[in-house]
Amino acid sequence: MKLFPIRGGIHPDYRKELSSEKAIVALPLPAELYIPLQQHIGAPAEVLVNEGDLVKKGQMIARSSGAVSAPQHAPTSGRIQAITAISAPHPSGLAQTTIILEPDGKDEWAELPEPIADPFAADTYTINERVAASGIVGMGGAAFPSAIKLSLGTQKKLEILLLNGAECEPYLTCDDRVMREHADEIIDGARIMAHALGVPRVVIAIEQNKPQAIEAMTRIAAAFSDIQVAGVPVQYPMGSERHLVQAITGRETPAKKLTADIGVVVHNVATARAVHHAVRFGRPLLSRVVTVSGGAVREPNNIEAPIGTRVADLIAFCGGFASEPATLVNGGPMMGQPLPGLDVPVVKGMSGILALTAGEINQQPASACIRCGSCVTICPCGLVPVEMAAFIRKDNFEVAARLGVMDCVSCGSCSWICPSHIPLVHYFNYAKGMINAQERERRKNDQTRILAEAHTLRVEKAAADKAAALAAKKAQAAAAAAAKEAAKEKDETPA
Amino acid sequence: MTLLAINQSGPFTHQVSSVQKTMFTVLLALMPATAYNLYLFGWPAILLFTVTVGSCVAAEAICLALAGQPMKAALSDYSAALTGWLLAMSLPPWAPWWTGVLGAVFAIGLAKHTFGGIGQNMFNPAMVARVALLVSFPLVMTAWVMPHPLFSAHAPGLADAIAITFGGQLPDSVSAASALGYVKTELSRGIPVMQSMAHVPDLMDLALGTRAGSMGETSAVLILAGGLFLMARRIISWHIPLGVMGALFLMGTLFHAIDPARYTDGLFHLMSGATFLGAFFICTDYVTSPVSRKGQLVFGIGCGLLTWTIRTYAGYPEGMAFAVLLMNSLTPIIDQYTRPRAFGRTLKGEPLPLAQEKT
Repeated sequence: MKLFPIRGGIHPDYRKELSSEKAIVALPLPAELYIPLQQHIGAPAEVLVNEGDLVKKGQMIARSSGAVSAPQHAPTSGRIQAITAISAPHPSGLAQTTIILEPDGKDEWAELPEPIADPFAADTYTINERVAASGIVGMGGAAFPSAIKLSLGTQKKLEILLLNGAECEPYLTCDDRVMREHADEIIDGARIMAHALGVPRVVIAIEQNKPQAIEAMTRIAAAFSDIQVAGVPVQYPMGSERHLVQAITGRETPAKKLTADIGVVVHNVATARAVHHAVRFGRPLLSRVVTVSGGAVREPNNIEAPIGTRVADLIAFCGGFASEPATLVNGGPMMGQPLPGLDVPVVKGMSGILALTAGEINQQPASACIRCGSCVTICPCGLVPVEMAAFIRKDNFEVAARLGVMDCVSCGSCSWICPSHIPLVHYFNYAKGMINAQERERRKNDQTRILAEAHTLRVEKAAADKAAALAAKKAQAAAAAAAKEAAKEKDETPA
Repeated sequence: MTLLAINQSGPFTHQVSSVQKTMFTVLLALMPATAYNLYLFGWPAILLFTVTVGSCVAAEAICLALAGQPMKAALSDYSAALTGWLLAMSLPPWAPWWTGVLGAVFAIGLAKHTFGGIGQNMFNPAMVARVALLVSFPLVMTAWVMPHPLFSAHAPGLADAIAITFGGQLPDSVSAASALGYVKTELSRGIPVMQSMAHVPDLMDLALGTRAGSMGETSAVLILAGGLFLMARRIISWHIPLGVMGALFLMGTLFHAIDPARYTDGLFHLMSGATFLGAFFICTDYVTSPVSRKGQLVFGIGCGLLTWTIRTYAGYPEGMAFAVLLMNSLTPIIDQYTRPRAFGRTLKGEPLPLAQEKT
């Protein structure tokens, strides 16, 4: 298959061998599950249960609220212990409403929706409704509700469903393992998704450092002429949605547009597997495969963990820490978020938990920029990080925005390569936050100004009306007086 | 485990690289040419080299102390040593000690630290020093000697060398013109290039360095090897060197073809003077050259064109240093006009049109 080059990129130390040969193992049921109401982009789900309720496996315990949202289901049977605020898997460590489920150990299934007998005879709406009701969100990390992306076919002319199995982040091997062990489920899910989208063609992109995954997927895909497996070059950030689309189709997504605008919808391979479960068996998204790795973990592994498993339970399952980790990361080391602690739960978009040693992170104190230009050469977005950082350091966000800081995808390549160890991505994230805040402020001010102007107009109009009325009255009086005068004069004038 | 204080974004993995390693690799690349030239020009060259590098490091330390900046980290990045090294390579090998010391003041004090230290200077420090010395002390700075290899019959001993470097007693008999200088002088006397070229060292001598010139001007082959090493280690890319050499070679070849009596040929331009040192080690200075590949190519071509112009029409036989400084001043402008095209945007920064909008 013909591939197209993408700009820049880096070749970090992948360290996937730590966990790539570990087959997926199911985690024994933990003592407690913390299920946050918001594990996705959009509005938090609405709680459907009360403290003390008994729930069954697969039962919806919080429903989707609003256009962009996703429901949550009980990953196993048990009792709702509490509905309370718990620290979320987010760098802030801020609390968010979470359902605490105490498993009863029976793992008893609730009554599930009927499987869709022949998904290829079903219409888009039926499939999307099932995907939405199953709480499926993008499992590559973004956690965008999948049903919304699956309905794009009704609005745009689509040609390709691109399954993202690039897994370009170092350490992560969960997608690799899922592709090796469940290729049939992924391919079936992909075919259902392609049908829902109405696209004639499916491409599955996998980085060439996963030969077994490519082999397994190619073997299953061989039965379907409309599915192709493409081995893409090992080049971080190949798995970035827009860059992968460019590598596969040669098409460049215009700024401020979606890949769907150029005919391609991208879904993660694990999402396709979840769609397969939802459509073929009526099973909602209850668990996911998480890579637990890093130099500080005693036995790195790929674990199928129920949603809501505390990170502490995962680490314990992996034999605990071999050494005190310098940082805990949610996701890969390039774009992952630092975790505030071990008491946070596994959520739907969590692909990895990394416990990294200081040596692996290799964060050095920043020194002066020597303008080597490495960041410019490797930026996959064609930006000039050195220049943007210089303006951001002076809080000049206007120029930074003009230089394209909002186009930055925070892939981390510039920070990774910088010989002066300048935390460039940190600057850009800061600038993005500030620019967004300024934009909100500006909109608010505009709103206030419009209201104030309208008020002024009203007041002025009222005053003008009053003045006009007064003037009219005066004129009337004057006219009357003049008429009187005239009449008087007429009377006085001798005929 | 308690909640960690999180105050920085990712990535949580970094390349093993540092400014120190980069600078050290450049020094390593200069090593063979330097060693060979120190051998060629003997003890006086060794003394001057030591004085120049030492003065630059000392000047760096003094400036850091004056600015109240941490000394250890800055001094261990080798950048001052590299500046001194390059400056020493651009001086006449038998020049007196004070050229090295004064050069260090110009390079480190004036060109680097008045602008704010490493990464902040507009102009290449070594070239600022060389040009300042050249225009201030033209005689001393053009007193070239023929190579006197160490341990050869006519080589000065250590005592003689001390007299030369620290006593300023340059023996009259040994001075010689560099090839570029010779051709220029002859041309000014009305002797055409074809004729004078017969008396300059042939290309083989230029390549091996058995001729008069500064340390960086002789032994083109070893400098070239060092430059290729830097490219192989990805410290520099091909854009600047190719731009410099390509422009010089093309201009030389073109004008030589038009009037061989007036203009030297392209190959002579490449092999003589400081072409290789300039192309691989001076013009490629990170701080003072553009950051984008496109900009680097433009910068390199500019350096090449200006060098050719100065060599050909101006009063000085070699123009690399002037060319570099002139192009340094254009770096911010080049940077501004050679930004890469952002993903999904046109060169002007507008979002790309959608395919159906195009038709």
